[in-house]
Amino acid sequence: MESFDFIEIKVPAKPEYVGVIRLTASGVANRMGFSYEDIEDLKVAISEAVTNTVNHAYEKDEDGEVTIGFGVYENRLEVMVADHGGSFNLDQVKRNIGPYEAAEPIEQLREGGFGLFLIDALMDKVEINSDSGVIVLMTKYLHENEVGLDDDQISTTQ
Amino acid sequence: MNLTVDVQEHTGKSIVLLAGEIDAYTAPKLKETLLSLTSKEGNKVEVNLEQVNYMDSTGLGVFVSGLKSTKENNSELKLVQLQDRVYRLFEITGLIDVIDVDKTVRGGY
Repeated sequence: MESFDFIEIKVPAKPEYVGVIRLTASGVANRMGFSYEDIEDLKVAISEAVTNTVNHAYEKDEDGEVTIGFGVYENRLEVMVADHGGSFNLDQVKRNIGPYEAAEPIEQLREGGFGLFLIDALMDKVEINSDSGVIVLMTKYLHENEVGLDDDQISTTQ
Repeated sequence: MNLTVDVQEHTGKSIVLLAGEIDAYTAPKLKETLLSLTSKEGNKVEVNLEQVNYMDSTGLGVFVSGLKSTKENNSELKLVQLQDRVYRLFEITGLIDVIDVDKTVRGGY
């Protein structure tokens, strides 16, 4: 079993907390060594997922909570955003999740217009589970290899 | 994690200076201000995003609303001086072809 650190945060499903999650995501990604560009992508993608949940709770007039889980792996960051207050059962979430299909029953995520589209564009992998509430699982890989290749190229041209 | 919205009124033209972050929390205030300007018949609205260091799809939604409003009120909307990261969102979503966006940064880099 691959080892990883797991960070879980629960905030009220209110717009004023989207920025708090964004800052947290930025901190976690920075610690892992993501590039500035990738951190900005992560901030947008995670904000989109949290915003979807916040809007959904608002429409249903619920005092809901959003649970955000960060799975910190050697080579990637996995972020889960769930529109319920319960904690994650990590294994169960992963078992029940499938690849994102554009035309599938994710209508509530589409309400934001470009939200899910941006998540898909900015992350390396996006999966959605809508069995009980909606859980978005998104993954961004650390691209350390590319840096290494660039370094080699620079040295050979000198 | 806030957004300041300053409006400068000129004859037939409004300049909106934004500074900060556009997200689900700050977007409603921006939308209210923007629509009050684009709903003036024939008004030219220029939004300066030079000091906007973060924006997500809620911001895109606000500018789409603004664009719709200009069609109804014969007004104009133009976004200027966008930072690269913000400009990129308009590119990815294809909105760059729909909304008048000029990313030119004053004085270059």
